[in-house]
Amino acid sequence: MPISAPDCVRFQPASDQSLLIYFGQQITFDFHQHVTKLLRLLEREPIAGIRNLHPGYCSLLVVFDGLKLQHDELEVILRENLDRLEDAPLPQPRLMEIPVSYGGECGPDLNDVAEMHGLTAAQAIELHASVVYDVYFLGFVPGFAYLGELPESFATPRLAKPRLRVPPGSVGIAGRQTGVYPFATPGGWRLLGRTPIPMFQPDRSGMSFLSIGDRVRFIPISREQFAEMENA
Amino acid sequence: MSVIHVEAPGLFTTVQDLGREGFGPMGVSPSGAADSVSLRVGNRLVGNDEGAAALEMTLLGGSFLFPQGAIVALTGSDFGATVDGSTVECWKPVEISGGQILTLGPTRSGARCYLCVRGGIAVKLFLGSASTHILSGLGGLDGRSLRKGDVLNIGIAETFFRAATLSAKALERLAPRKTLRVTPGPQSDWFPESSQRRFYAGTYLVSEESNRMGLRLEGDPIPTPSGGGEMTTEGASLGAIQIPEGGQPIVLFVEQQTTGGYPKIANVISADLASVGQLRPRDEIRFEKVCWEMARSLLREIEELISG
Repeated sequence: MPISAPDCVRFQPASDQSLLIYFGQQITFDFHQHVTKLLRLLEREPIAGIRNLHPGYCSLLVVFDGLKLQHDELEVILRENLDRLEDAPLPQPRLMEIPVSYGGECGPDLNDVAEMHGLTAAQAIELHASVVYDVYFLGFVPGFAYLGELPESFATPRLAKPRLRVPPGSVGIAGRQTGVYPFATPGGWRLLGRTPIPMFQPDRSGMSFLSIGDRVRFIPISREQFAEMENA
Repeated sequence: MSVIHVEAPGLFTTVQDLGREGFGPMGVSPSGAADSVSLRVGNRLVGNDEGAAALEMTLLGGSFLFPQGAIVALTGSDFGATVDGSTVECWKPVEISGGQILTLGPTRSGARCYLCVRGGIAVKLFLGSASTHILSGLGGLDGRSLRKGDVLNIGIAETFFRAATLSAKALERLAPRKTLRVTPGPQSDWFPESSQRRFYAGTYLVSEESNRMGLRLEGDPIPTPSGGGEMTTEGASLGAIQIPEGGQPIVLFVEQQTTGGYPKIANVISADLASVGQLRPRDEIRFEKVCWEMARSLLREIEELISG
C-alpha cells in the first residue's frame, strides 16, 4: 500500500532556531519512511534558511537561520513539501554486512544478556545475527546508526550505570535497538561483540559506513578473524 | 609561510571556527567556537572573515612564539596576556614582532579566550570546517587539543589590513550573562507546574563534568516527568536543556550529541549561547523564560552589535 502524506503530522518549536516535525510518537517503519522521505527531499532540494537536519525515529528536527525564517513561515514551507512526500522515491536499500566477534572481551555483556533471557550465549548470538535490521537514523556521534528492531522477547534494558569508555566498534543493544559505537565514548548499551570495520572514516567516500535507510546484518566471526581484519 | 610555535599549550586549547553545519544526518554536530561572538569580533578586529579559524583557550592559556610576527586580537575572557612582560589589551588588534612570545595565564573572568590571528589558523578542513571535534578526534589539528611543540600555519590574509574597533558600549552589551534566557523545550508540557517553578526559581551550579559537548548542572532536582523514561529518541537542538533521571539538567553544547532521548524542559536562546561558552565550573546560573519574539529580537540585536 502506498504511504500517503501523513495527516497526523505535528509541528513543535524546539528552540528559537529549530522546529521539530513529528510523524508520530512510536517507533514504526511507516513513520521512519516518512522521516527518510522528507529528509531526502530537503537534501535534494535545499530550502534557503535551513541550516541542518537531525532525523530521529519518528521526527525530523529542522535547524534554521532565525534571521531569515520564523517557525510559522518554515511550517508553511515544510507543509508544501509534505504534500509531495508520496512522489519522493526512496532508493532500493543497500544490504550491509557487519562482521562481529561476539562475547569474550569483545562482548563483555553477552553472558549476562543471554542469562537475562534464559538463553545460552550461542543462542543469543544466533538471535542477534538472525535479524535483518533497518537503519532508522544516524545520531548521537558521527556514524552511530540506530538499528531496529530486536524481537520483543529480546528487548534488554540499558546498564544501570553507563560505562565511561566503550571501545570503538563495540556492538550494543538497548531496548529493541542495536548499534555500533564508532568512537570510544561513554555508553549505556549492553555490549555483545565488536566489529573490526570502522563505522566512520573521514577519508572514505561517504565517511559513514551506514546511512539512513540501509539494511544491516551482523555476521559472526571468530576472535582470530577479528584480529586479522583489524590488522588488515 | 608564517607560523606559530606552541611553547605551552595551556589547559585545553583547540582550533575552532564557526563549525560545520548540515551534517546532522551523519550524526556530526557542528562543533565550532564555544563563544562564537568573541570569535567573530576577534576576526573582525584583525581584518579576517568572521568565520576564520582561531585558537580557543580554556581556563588557562598557553605561550605562543611568532617567529615571523603577526597581527593578533585576544577576545572573550581576560587571560592576563603579556608580550615581553608588557600587558596585551584584549578586544584590540595588536602587532607582535618577529620572535616575540605571547604568554597567557589563568582566566581572570570567564572560561574561554580566543587568539585570533590575521590570516587565520590554517589547518586541513574536515567537512568544510577547521573546527576540532574532540570526542570523534576529527577536524582542527589532528582532531586533538594543542601540545607543546606543535607548529601551526598562519593563513594568507587576502584583504588590505584596516584596524577595526569595537565600541565600549557594544562590548558591554555583548558581555556574557549568568542569567540565561530560555524558550520552552519541546517537552516542556511534560513537566508539571511545580517542576517548572522549581526550574525557573532555582540556582544551578555548573559542574566540573562540563565540556564542549554539554554542561552538567547541579541544583534542586527536577522530577522526571511520568513517561519520561520512554521518550523516543529525537533530534536535539543546540542549547537544549535535558532533564535525565536524577533531575539534574544538562545543557547540550557545540559538540553535542545530535539526538537524545531525555525530555527537554527549555532551550537557551541563540543570543545567549555565547554566554554559555564563558561559563566556568562552579559558576552559578539561573534561567529566565522569554517569548519567541524576544528571542528573535535579541538575536537581531547581537548581529547588529557584532557588525558594528
